[in-house]
Amino acid sequence: MHIMKILVCISKTPDTTAKIAFTDNNRKFVTDGVQWILNPYDEWYALVRAIEIKEKDPSAVLHLVTVGGADYDVVIRKALALGGDEAIRINTEPGDSFYVANQIASIAKAGGYDLILTGKETIDYNGASVGGMLAALMDLPFISLAAKLELSGDTVTLVREIEGGEETVEVKLPLVVGCQKGMAEQRIPNMKGIMGARSKPLKVVEPVASESLTEILSFELPPAKKGVRLVPADNAEELIRLLHDEAKVI
Amino acid sequence: MSVLVFIDHSEGQIKKTSHEALSYGAALGKQMAVPAEGVLLGNVQEDLSSLGKYGIQKIHQLNQESLNQLDAEQYIRIISAIAESSGATVIILSHTNTGRAIAPGLSARLKAGLVTGATELPQTVNGFSVKKNVFSGKAFCTVSIKTPIKIISLNPNVFPVITGSGAAEIIQENIKLNPSAVSIKSVSKASGEIPLTEAEIVVSGGRGMKGPENWGPIEELAKLLHAATACSRPVADAGWRPHHEHVGQTGIAIAPNLYIAVGISGAIQHLAGVNRSKVIVVINKDPEAPFFKSADYGIVGDAFEVLPKLIQEVKKLKGLA
Ligand SMILES: Cc1cc2nc3c(=O)[nH]c(=O)nc-3n(C[C@H](O)[C@H](O)[C@H](O)COP(=O)(O)OP(=O)(O)OC[C@H]3O[C@@H](n4cnc5c(N)ncnc54)[C@H](O)[C@@H]3O)c2cc1C
Repeated sequence: MHIMKILVCISKTPDTTAKIAFTDNNRKFVTDGVQWILNPYDEWYALVRAIEIKEKDPSAVLHLVTVGGADYDVVIRKALALGGDEAIRINTEPGDSFYVANQIASIAKAGGYDLILTGKETIDYNGASVGGMLAALMDLPFISLAAKLELSGDTVTLVREIEGGEETVEVKLPLVVGCQKGMAEQRIPNMKGIMGARSKPLKVVEPVASESLTEILSFELPPAKKGVRLVPADNAEELIRLLHDEAKVI
Repeated sequence: MSVLVFIDHSEGQIKKTSHEALSYGAALGKQMAVPAEGVLLGNVQEDLSSLGKYGIQKIHQLNQESLNQLDAEQYIRIISAIAESSGATVIILSHTNTGRAIAPGLSARLKAGLVTGATELPQTVNGFSVKKNVFSGKAFCTVSIKTPIKIISLNPNVFPVITGSGAAEIIQENIKLNPSAVSIKSVSKASGEIPLTEAEIVVSGGRGMKGPENWGPIEELAKLLHAATACSRPVADAGWRPHHEHVGQTGIAIAPNLYIAVGISGAIQHLAGVNRSKVIVVINKDPEAPFFKSADYGIVGDAFEVLPKLIQEVKKLKGLA
């Protein structure tokens, strides 16, 4: 029987409450005091759905892959505490989405995976690009914004979000899926998972030659809000007037 | 050399986001002194030559019924072919559900640098760089694209639709379709509802609404304002509202002209999805609710008392009462 091989792409991002500030002439994100987490879309949706598939079919092989330096190991261990058999870290500074997709493609091609899952985007760069690029580089179908995924033999049924609604589609393995809300429910790692994660293999491999097609030049913060204008609760009329005459939005 | 704009459509209508993308593409063409063209796969009711009013010179159409539904791989292959044959140096899409499905593949296939979620016209005098949203709306960054072909997906509702006059030349393309790897089993579109990411006004409810049975006034206010409805994460998690209404860091990010938040505390993860809204109104009974710090207008009061009054006043404004 064919053994199902799943690859989940993992990225690390600042915690959702991290202070966003820049230094070095607005060229660098200030990382002092920042807690790093698994990108929520990778964790809650892609990884947890893959774990569920493996729970149903224990023969399935579940690998995690990340592109980054040794500072990614903490986050990869956290992912392994949730589930997965082993992790691969491609040891390089993640460049742009194209660079990262090329690195993952080299691992994914060699590994012969049936199902490759990514989150819909990272919550820091918000590129929403690695999954689609990876699929194109591997010549595989890509299902973006998937909210449900069911497997039956080599057929995958997915619900994906499209303009103004959703669509149920069927695709044969192998394929790449961008995961979002609806896929699975968030899980908290338990003690057994955390202990077990320490002994799971974390392979470090060197990058393949590739290039970034884009480069971040600088960051900036949005202009501060002027401050709220409060209207008394019994004067709804005034609020509507302000929205109509002053803000001109209704 | 030209700018090529991907034109998306649904139910025979060109999407509002594509009107924005066409205006953006035309403005960019003018800035770079190259023609702006469009590409439309499938067919629409509208007379395509009228898109000339945006400053678009040519529309490439592949008039195949099957292309009226999203087929990412097919779209990528066809747009790449048209981009190459028409000599496009910049490709513009919208950062929408369709754009997300095709822009990355297009970028990898053409080895063309991609910037998603652009918020402004690029700077093209010294290199080529464009501003985009990062950190879930909490910051911007400027990204330079270093490849000969550049791809930009434009955030919805950040660039105005600009019309003038003129007629576009229609070019019927003849490209063979491949069998599709993805077969569509069913489509469900919420007809009559305004899609959240396209809405100019959004009325949103949080846990302060107490339960799904209390959403009547939110829906009524939204309807009166031609607005879409949204909610905070716990509201979607509890099943009070559908998942696709969940806005925030882990839901959908929106940038309407007006966001009205009712009974939402304004947690940082919620703000991440709505802080690009042009005007924010907060209605909350707690004067200390953090949302007031990010709001333009606010009412400290009980939603169940304030909403009926607001509805009444909007009706008056619209001449309905
Ligand atoms: C990693 C992570 C990601 C997250 N992602 C998201 C996300 O994408 N989107 C999101 O929304 N949240 C997200 N959250 C959750 C977020 O932290 C908050 O818990 C959530 O936004 C709170 O929702 P709420 O404002 O509806 O509820 P609450 O925080 O419970 O606030 C309810 C508000 O209603 C007010 N209220 C109560 N009764 C009334 C009344 N009668 N009239 C008027 N006001 C009233 C209260 O004063 C209060 O301010 C995330 C959290 C984490 C940790």
